[in-house]
Amino acid sequence: MACAAQPRIWIAFRAKIGTDPHMIRAICILLLFQLAGESLSRGFDLFVPGPVIGLAALFIALLIFPKLAEVIRVAANGLLAHLSLLFVPAGVGVIAHLGTFGTNGIGLIVALIVSTALAILAAVLTFVLFARLMGQRHE
Amino acid sequence: MNDAVLLWSYLAQEPLLWLTTTLVAYTISDWAAGKAGRHALANPVLMAVILIALVLWVTSTPYATYFEGAQFVHFMLGPATVALALPLYDNLPKVKAALVPMIAALFAGSLTAIITALGIAKAMGITGETLMSLAPKSATAPVALGVSEAIGGQPTLTAVLVILTGISGAIIATPMLNALKITDWRARGFAVGVAAHGIGTAHAFRINSTAGAFSGIGMGLNAVLTALLAPLIARLFL
Repeated sequence: MACAAQPRIWIAFRAKIGTDPHMIRAICILLLFQLAGESLSRGFDLFVPGPVIGLAALFIALLIFPKLAEVIRVAANGLLAHLSLLFVPAGVGVIAHLGTFGTNGIGLIVALIVSTALAILAAVLTFVLFARLMGQRHE
Repeated sequence: MNDAVLLWSYLAQEPLLWLTTTLVAYTISDWAAGKAGRHALANPVLMAVILIALVLWVTSTPYATYFEGAQFVHFMLGPATVALALPLYDNLPKVKAALVPMIAALFAGSLTAIITALGIAKAMGITGETLMSLAPKSATAPVALGVSEAIGGQPTLTAVLVILTGISGAIIATPMLNALKITDWRARGFAVGVAAHGIGTAHAFRINSTAGAFSGIGMGLNAVLTALLAPLIARLFL
């Protein structure tokens, strides 16, 4: 990495004030993988969204080049720590489109909430059951 | 007075105002959620959405104008999804050890999400286009919209249902799993990711980093499985 030539104390200082020396490179990497994912998704008319393909591709890249992890770490964790914020604009869209429910509002809401609770239950219980069958302890 | 009106009509059309509104509303909601001891109902996404919707309603601002500013935040969803590769990589040994439980839980969660949504809605008299729009609700938005369109649903309605599913899942998960005394963060995170996609994953990351990593995997895998299963299952409910 480029910071290898810098004095250790300077690196420690920068870490302390929270500067990410890799930020621009990290954003480049994330955008390049998203771009590659979008190109594959659209180019081959795949049903998997571009960012999900980008996720898989970056994961493979991390396996091949483990040093990449430290370049993207601060930026990636920063984005993921505020993932909730990123859903707000789409959420506001929900309020704007509540009219699309028509007369089916209550039925849709009940189906959605009950089904989501059951899906969480089914998945969590299946996971725990199989983990126990495999003799894994709880973490 | 006239100057204030002019200033407002200028600002109201600028992306800056609505971008700032989005960030301020989220900061207030996140602070309030912290004050409420991270109570499940004090969901920061839900509170921020209600707050912004109120501002838009009071100022009679159309959603399209708001989105001109908010799109910068919305855009970051793509890079953030790609960034999920890092927690996946960091948790690799845990992920490898949990491969079998994950695949079993993926099928159980994905099938339950699609079948119970369609079954309950049909029992409540919902049919046709509206029913089909509900089928892919647990998948991440771009996949859900594509599936909805393919099986004769209404993509706009699906978009609304997907977001509501995410918010419901994020609100229900913690109290329900605590009541069941499920302490395995891998299982908790994975289940929320399968059932409540990115919004569930965002919630999982706030609670536990292992849960967040497994939630991201659950979301990604269910995107693929829902795209394969929903069209097949939807036929049975036509």
